[in-house]
Amino acid sequence: MSNIRINIKNFFIRVFNIPFAFLMHAIDIIMWPIQKIIGVRNMPYIFLLPNLIFFGLFVIVPLGVNVAFSVTGGDELLFADREFSGAKHYNYLFDCENYLNANSCTEDFFWRGVHNTIFFVIFQVGLMIFFSLLTAVILNKKIIGRGFFRSVFFFPVLLSPVVVGLIWQWILLKNGILNAFIEANGGDKFSFLTDPGWAMTSSIFVSIWAHMGFYTLIVLAGLQAIPPNLYEAAEMDGTSRERTFFRITLPLLMPNLLVVFILASIKGVQTFDEIYVLTGGGPGTSTSLIVQYIFTTGFASSGSVQNFGLAAAASMVLGIVLLLLTLIQLYLSRSRENKHQEI
Amino acid sequence: MIKYFFKAVSVTAITISLTLVSAVSFAATDVRIMWYGDGDKENVPIQGQIDAFNAANSDINVILDIVPYDAIMNTLPIQLAAGEGPDIARVTDLGGLNKYYADITPHVANPQYYEDSFGPFLKWYRKAGDTSSIHGFHSTMTVTGPYVNKTLFEQAGVDLLGPGATWAEWADAANAVASKLDIPIPMAWDRSGHRVSGPAVSMGAQYFDASGDPKLVDDGLKAMTQMLYDWHQNGTMSKDLWGSVSGTKYHAPNDWWNAAEVVFMMSGSWQIGRFANEVGDDFDWWAVPAPCGPAACTGMPGGNALLAFTANDAVGRVMDYLSSKEQLGAFIGEVLAIPGHLDLPVDYQTDDPNAKHALETFAGAVPTIDQVAFDLQAHVDNRIMFNAIISRLGQAIVGEMSLEEAWVKMDEDVEKQLKEKYGG
Repeated sequence: MSNIRINIKNFFIRVFNIPFAFLMHAIDIIMWPIQKIIGVRNMPYIFLLPNLIFFGLFVIVPLGVNVAFSVTGGDELLFADREFSGAKHYNYLFDCENYLNANSCTEDFFWRGVHNTIFFVIFQVGLMIFFSLLTAVILNKKIIGRGFFRSVFFFPVLLSPVVVGLIWQWILLKNGILNAFIEANGGDKFSFLTDPGWAMTSSIFVSIWAHMGFYTLIVLAGLQAIPPNLYEAAEMDGTSRERTFFRITLPLLMPNLLVVFILASIKGVQTFDEIYVLTGGGPGTSTSLIVQYIFTTGFASSGSVQNFGLAAAASMVLGIVLLLLTLIQLYLSRSRENKHQEI
Repeated sequence: MIKYFFKAVSVTAITISLTLVSAVSFAATDVRIMWYGDGDKENVPIQGQIDAFNAANSDINVILDIVPYDAIMNTLPIQLAAGEGPDIARVTDLGGLNKYYADITPHVANPQYYEDSFGPFLKWYRKAGDTSSIHGFHSTMTVTGPYVNKTLFEQAGVDLLGPGATWAEWADAANAVASKLDIPIPMAWDRSGHRVSGPAVSMGAQYFDASGDPKLVDDGLKAMTQMLYDWHQNGTMSKDLWGSVSGTKYHAPNDWWNAAEVVFMMSGSWQIGRFANEVGDDFDWWAVPAPCGPAACTGMPGGNALLAFTANDAVGRVMDYLSSKEQLGAFIGEVLAIPGHLDLPVDYQTDDPNAKHALETFAGAVPTIDQVAFDLQAHVDNRIMFNAIISRLGQAIVGEMSLEEAWVKMDEDVEKQLKEKYGG
């Protein structure tokens, strides 16, 4: 009986293998002459070719197109209709009497975006690291409902940025839920989204709320990787909690915090959608970040000239900033790895 | 046996080929329309008309893509630039997209009908120097102007002002009502350069220099923008409305208006149907004549048009059908709009006295529209000027720059955009 089963199984395996065998033979027919021509050593490049083609099509080509847009002018989309303008758009972007005073710049919206982005990233990243660390430390303790709270803190990460923006808009609007609560308790309504100072504060808060769960997870993984015997030794030595935290936990968490810092910085510089939905970049331009500038200049001009060239030039500048941040991350993580290897 | 097999295969192949050929030969031609509507009030009637057309014309399949207004303003130009636009679209940037319009003159049944019915508006769509092309027709005409919450005026015991009242007088009246009844927003405007422009023309703004080229900032525009700036500083207008967005983004204060939190709202005739549906019996709303400045008492004309981006017989027939007196009249009557057709009897489908009064007021305002306002609306680059006004004024209002700096930036923006568009 069992022999019959095995035979049936083998039969089906052979039947299913037939198309694969054909396929492999077909590939072999193509690969064999190629290998003959270029040699075995160069064959890995052939196997990498499909990936390289995809990478080229969806990364290198768009990058090239972006560069080409940034050095051509006009409001046409097709290159045949665009005139070469050299560095005109870059000159526009950097034509400034005083970089700290956006009003003195030719392209003041760009510099407002830059200023707002720098302010946003400094506070958002700083507070993000602080709250992620705090939350991770608490969630690492044996508290009641720890699993539940871990899920709760991670949940906003799963939400779409548009949903995040809309939810918080309903809460923070002048006639929103929070103001209704404040008013019901005898307080005055706040302009959370329409006062320039409050709007930026609200944007930073919402962004931290939306992304903190992800960074908390990274820090939590770091906390759980710290050997418990170090804490036991510290406890036996009578080390205070604060000293344990600053001398054991924090130094050993540094690689994770570095990752959080770099990732949060990159993400912060790229922030657009949730803030755009939440405040529309307003009031005025007080929460308009650099990506919003690129979007409105190139694609949402509401009937003005769609300045693809200027938007492309600004995105090149943004790309260089992101590249620098990535290089810093690589440098720091490699230098840490080297240090560890030396130890 | 093999003979039969080959016979069967041959017969099957011939049948399939014939079916495919006939399917291709008799396939209906698709005509895609990109349409934005002011909610179901406009979308349902147009969909009904399209369904009726499709039912009566088996050789044409009209597909109505209902999109948000933002898609018309921001996505459509990019689609058109990429050569991927619809066959027909309902647009408001009438001159700005004219390089993409197709001339459907050879494809419509009676070109003279378009000239006779929509004559003054056809030039708004045409390129400079073109005097004969037919690209489409005005779907609805609009006139900008204010509404007041009449119930609040009555409750506060403040008299409504009549024709000839100035902007300053209306602001005083709105403030008087608001302070008596503790209404949070005395005056609210659509956040739009187009809305600002009628009053600016009333204050003497010219928008063009002697040679007809755009020249945005002059004493008239300064006077109106100064007024708007002051109203935001002294609480006549709430910073919460215009402050909730940035740049050139449009914002309408309908939510506050519907909740009776606004005494005076500056918008336009396209709101009539919406107010009739949304305000209902909650309060009496009244359209009032355009307030005056030293130069005029004018609103801005405008509207939206169905314009063709493809020229073929199917598009021509769809245009003929939708622009016919019967269909256009039914549509206008249902959506409670002002027709852009010069000879169109409309049976408005409403018993609402507020809507009827508003229709009369706005239709009556058309002959009083100032020539500068007409010229501005017809100008191909008017959006560039509208956008410069609203984005810079918005910045001044929230304190990012002084109003004087905003005026300088407005002119710079226009100059920069024109340079980018035309070179130089």
